[in-house]
Amino acid sequence: MLARHMPLGFGFWHQTAGFDIEQALIPFAASSSTYGTAFFVGLLNTLLVAALGIVLATLLGFLIGIARLSGNFVVARLSAAYVEMFRNIPLLLQLLFWYNAILRPLPAPRQSLHLPRGAVLNNRGIMLPGPHAAAGSWPMALALVLAIALGAGFLMAARRSRKLTGYARGLGWWGLALALALPLATALAFGPPLHVTMPQLQGFNYVHGLSIYPELLALLLGLSLYTAAFIAEIVRAGIQSVARGQREAAAALGLPPVQILRWVVVPQALRVIIPPLTNQYLNLTKNSTLAVAIGYPDLAQVFMGTVLNQTGAAVQIVFITMGVYLAISLVTALAMNLWNRRMALHER
Amino acid sequence: MTTRISLALVTLTAMATLAGVAHATSTLDTVKQRGMLQCGVETSLPGFGIPDDKGNWTGLDVDTCRAVATAVFGDPTKVKFVPLTPKDRFTALQSGEIDMLSRDTTWTQSRQSAQGLLFTGVNYYDGQGFMVRKSLGVTSALKLNGASICVQQGSTSEQNLADYFQTHHMTFKPVNFDNADAIIKAYDSGRCDALTTDASGLASERLKLGNPADHIILPEIISKEPLGPSVRKGDDQWFDIVQWSLFAMIDAEELGVTQANVDTMMKSTNPAIKRLLGVEGDYGKTMGLTNDWAYNIIKKVGNYGEVFERNVGSGSPLKLKRGLNQLWNKGGILYAPPLD
Repeated sequence: MLARHMPLGFGFWHQTAGFDIEQALIPFAASSSTYGTAFFVGLLNTLLVAALGIVLATLLGFLIGIARLSGNFVVARLSAAYVEMFRNIPLLLQLLFWYNAILRPLPAPRQSLHLPRGAVLNNRGIMLPGPHAAAGSWPMALALVLAIALGAGFLMAARRSRKLTGYARGLGWWGLALALALPLATALAFGPPLHVTMPQLQGFNYVHGLSIYPELLALLLGLSLYTAAFIAEIVRAGIQSVARGQREAAAALGLPPVQILRWVVVPQALRVIIPPLTNQYLNLTKNSTLAVAIGYPDLAQVFMGTVLNQTGAAVQIVFITMGVYLAISLVTALAMNLWNRRMALHER
Repeated sequence: MTTRISLALVTLTAMATLAGVAHATSTLDTVKQRGMLQCGVETSLPGFGIPDDKGNWTGLDVDTCRAVATAVFGDPTKVKFVPLTPKDRFTALQSGEIDMLSRDTTWTQSRQSAQGLLFTGVNYYDGQGFMVRKSLGVTSALKLNGASICVQQGSTSEQNLADYFQTHHMTFKPVNFDNADAIIKAYDSGRCDALTTDASGLASERLKLGNPADHIILPEIISKEPLGPSVRKGDDQWFDIVQWSLFAMIDAEELGVTQANVDTMMKSTNPAIKRLLGVEGDYGKTMGLTNDWAYNIIKKVGNYGEVFERNVGSGSPLKLKRGLNQLWNKGGILYAPPLD
């Protein structure tokens, strides 16, 4: 590196960045923020798209996987078509399709499409009425934490008492009522926790409210629709792996269909589903680096792009980036493995 | 365990790559051995670096590469053009993938001091500007408060833009991509209100738009952009060759030596022309070249004025005026040291 006159060390971390980023979850300004802050902006954007993508892909994947096993011929065929189409087209092409063919041709801000409840759709993204913290935010946050803890406590007490006595005593309902009443009382006492601003056209763009940029939308759509196709197949395999006799036995015991699914099929299917599901989550996170192609400011784009270019600290930056993706993947895998251990068969 | 092994492997590979680069001999020897100059250029910027419909590269920056290849080999075709995005260009030069960079690159202090590049000169004096749709009714960059602006990632434009808006207490939303075509597509589709890059770049990108007449370039020039070729630090001989290939073209224009008259100029009695064309002195040999190096450049590539007019001036669709890029004695600031 010395021979190549490349910068050594990590001194760049505290230097002023001098460039702007469109989507920043933490305050970022070209004039005062450092390359280190730019790193965190990129990291948060990566985590945001990965987290949202995982949730959406899982919901959609489970839905389609179950639909593919449906007795309804049309539903089953449509699900099969979905899976075959989305998993067989390269993800990069899908991203470019959503970004260039669907979101770009939307009208300009001044000719925006107006959606119900004050939301606006144009080629700069979706602008929604946006929540902002108000006076009651902190008391409300506290109340919510308390309510959840109390509710969970009541639920556990209810379960224990049912296990001991065999009777359900409605303790859970008390918990639920308390969990609802507490935040409500807080809101009445301290005022509303959030105030909502509506998107308004001002000059070139909509200001106020919550803007979801087309780059995020396209990346989210592409990643979750693509990964959902794989998850659907995993879910189908999982459900089909549960022996037919299990359902029949449960039905013979007189369990209603929902309980058969909840207590007999799903727990056994999950054992088959979780390990490959972990792979899909890891893939989705790593695939989010394709953001570069559509200009979404994720870690790879911001840090390995602009920051690397401006500082020239290529080796350090590439290593940091690799380390971060490795860390994200390991944490995801760890969480999934813990869940897997809980769901696995415990032989006695 | 596997993680640890793969990490170790990655480190080893990285170290091996770095060590390999460090052992390279002089750049001139490497280029001669390879029989080919590897020159980093634009991916597609009409007038500066773009392949035509037959795959031949054309442009001012491309001809700067050809001049160097001609100085070394006497043959302007012995160049391999490596198209690079602004983001990748410096890494490509540092890692030895290219021998020189001639890609619309602004000469700045940090690029030279911190990134290990040496700029050899300026082949185009430029400044950053804005382009907007006429229908927007904007006539000045000062009215762009709150606009979404398309800007190329990893360019000085990104910083100048932030500086300019900060100085004028305005805000903007950057939309950035790492390649020029994605930027121009985003602007054309209305994703951004304005496009910003060097003024020459705007003129050139405008040609790629659906209807160029619908767009105007705003009068403000917000920065200095001296664009020029660069080499890696640490090889002075190679630096000299790249630097003087450009200077020779500029001096040739000043002395009135053109592609057409270079052969008759060989008989000129003007000592400056004699030295330039290698009739007198050992100016080529001192750089490890033959003495007809500059003769070859002028004969096979042309002098600076010819290269300018052919690629970006009156002989091109861009029709850029010489402006700052006119010779110093004709009202511009183009001034090459004498070949003495």
